[in-house]
Amino acid sequence: MSGVNLNKVVKTYGDLEIIHGIDLEVHDGEFLVLVGPSGCGKSTLLRMIAGLEEITDGTISIGDRIVNDVPAAQRNLSMVFQSYALYPHMTVRKNLAFGLGNLKMPKAEIAKRVAEVAKILQIEELLERKPRQLSGGQKQRVAIGRSIVREPELFLFDEPLSNLDAELRVQMRVELAGLYQRLGTTMIYVTHDQIEAMTLATRIVVLQAGIIEQVGTPFDLYNFPQNKFVATFIGSPKMNMIEGTANKSGLLLPDFGQISLPKNAPKSGNIHFGIRPEQFTIGKGGDATSTGKITLIEYLGSELFLYITLPSGHVVLVQASSQTQYKTGEELTLSLTAKNAHYFGEDNLRIPLYDEKK
Amino acid sequence: MTDLSIQEASEIAHNYRVIRDKRKRRAAITKHLFLAICSLIMVYPLIWMIVSSVKPDNEIFGNISLWPSEFIWQNYPDGWNGLFLSFTVFYKNSIIVTVLAVIGNTLSCSFAAYAFARLEFKGKNIFFALMMMTLMIPYHVVLIPQYLLFLKIGWVNTFLPLIVPRFLAGDAFFIFLMVQFFRQLPRDLDEAAMIDGCSPFKIYWAVIMPLSLPALATTAIFTFIWTWEDFLGPLIYLNDIRDYTVPLALRNFISQDSVSMFGQLFAMSILSIVPIFVFFIFFQKFIIRGIATSGLK
Repeated sequence: MSGVNLNKVVKTYGDLEIIHGIDLEVHDGEFLVLVGPSGCGKSTLLRMIAGLEEITDGTISIGDRIVNDVPAAQRNLSMVFQSYALYPHMTVRKNLAFGLGNLKMPKAEIAKRVAEVAKILQIEELLERKPRQLSGGQKQRVAIGRSIVREPELFLFDEPLSNLDAELRVQMRVELAGLYQRLGTTMIYVTHDQIEAMTLATRIVVLQAGIIEQVGTPFDLYNFPQNKFVATFIGSPKMNMIEGTANKSGLLLPDFGQISLPKNAPKSGNIHFGIRPEQFTIGKGGDATSTGKITLIEYLGSELFLYITLPSGHVVLVQASSQTQYKTGEELTLSLTAKNAHYFGEDNLRIPLYDEKK
Repeated sequence: MTDLSIQEASEIAHNYRVIRDKRKRRAAITKHLFLAICSLIMVYPLIWMIVSSVKPDNEIFGNISLWPSEFIWQNYPDGWNGLFLSFTVFYKNSIIVTVLAVIGNTLSCSFAAYAFARLEFKGKNIFFALMMMTLMIPYHVVLIPQYLLFLKIGWVNTFLPLIVPRFLAGDAFFIFLMVQFFRQLPRDLDEAAMIDGCSPFKIYWAVIMPLSLPALATTAIFTFIWTWEDFLGPLIYLNDIRDYTVPLALRNFISQDSVSMFGQLFAMSILSIVPIFVFFIFFQKFIIRGIATSGLK
């Protein structure tokens, strides 16, 4: 087991720089998830750690060893690909044993390890099958098996669950979490699915356009997003953003009117006022209220989301109790509390008004 | 409208079915008849050759009837030993040249193709373009310079000019064919193998090659056919009759100054097709099996 250290890592393709000097410390035994919209460079970053992509500048070290010029095979890591990348002409057993054979491991040892892994992943009865005879979930298991059989010091996952259907994805997610608890090896996991990120990660790295927006635990990212991008990216459905204007007595919001803010708040300029759907209250109360009309209802069983059009035409998303009956077109009173909201300045950075009190 | 009883309705349905089946059968018969005639036209020369191989010499060009007046099976043994040397020698020569050419061409072209499809090196695109340009040069243009070259290094009158170039990836067509095939194999497989500790050569040998059997089989089949029936190459490089390959030997049945032995010529021509036929039957299985293994996702 070992950590990974990225120091000012840069990647350019021709003249185009897509990773702009990333510094990142992955702790030993950590489950780190890289998340971000497509094209943010998360897969490229993972492939650079794997040694499949050369780095243009900076250093990458695994453990104490700088691996910039170490070929992928000698980095003692393994990787699970989005497409599984199982060798189609080999049986499951050979797929698992292939990497060990390349290490010139004795045959008895290979057989023992393959049997062990097959047992852990419950693929024992599939060992003589070819990949094309497996279902998506089984292929995924074999792909994971191929990576753990080598007992590497670092696991890399490149969107491993995105080819599975929704139900299987949840199941494999749970299994992956179990596997991590069992092995305790450092894992770096790339995904664009923030539910995967939130549920699996010890820490999450949010990337956008080749730079790190924020690194933190799922709790930190959800409750203390450091900028507007992270605030709207993490959390599903998205955080509502209302553009307000700061003044001497606090903040003036459209529809909701004036709310007062603590003394350290800015006294002028625009403020992005962010509030999550579950932080609205239906009915009177709180620090400010407004009325709006329900334009769309999304019923999810355990919860319910209302799209409410406010008098200014702005639409906010509100989470409500799924046990109450609502009708489209119905007028509702909506209220909010200042200390539950997030505040971002004109530079899109967080203004920490209430952070200590939470 | 009056109501139909169940019996009447089923009768009508039955009649319809009968008419439909009849129509279907008539269409099938027409289709098969048409195809049968077409295939007869296609195989007619072959049938003519087979029949001619057992006809008396004077009947081959003189008699329109396909059916011989008498069967001269003796053409086969006579033909085998009909020339200055027995056909055993010519077959041996042909087999040496063809087998080595097939091995050489399949290996070297797939090496070159792997490099073009997967490896990064300086000037890759220029080399690829140069290689593709050689496709546009007719063989007859390089014939004389090539002959002079082989003459200078003393290879004329040996099999070397027919074999050695095959080991040097000289066939741009097959390289191109395999480059296209390799390119459609997912790169993830290479990368997985790389992480599994494979060198570029091991990736080629253990992953790319087994998955490329259809392309390799195609190359092997065509190289076999083209080398086996090649006439021009052996004609200019082989002068001694003891080195002759089968097509060159067949030419010797036709004589300018004495009587040509056409019956024996056709008998030996039939035999010369047999290896191609056997080789094709054997290797086309790989084409089919290869396609079956390529279900990657």
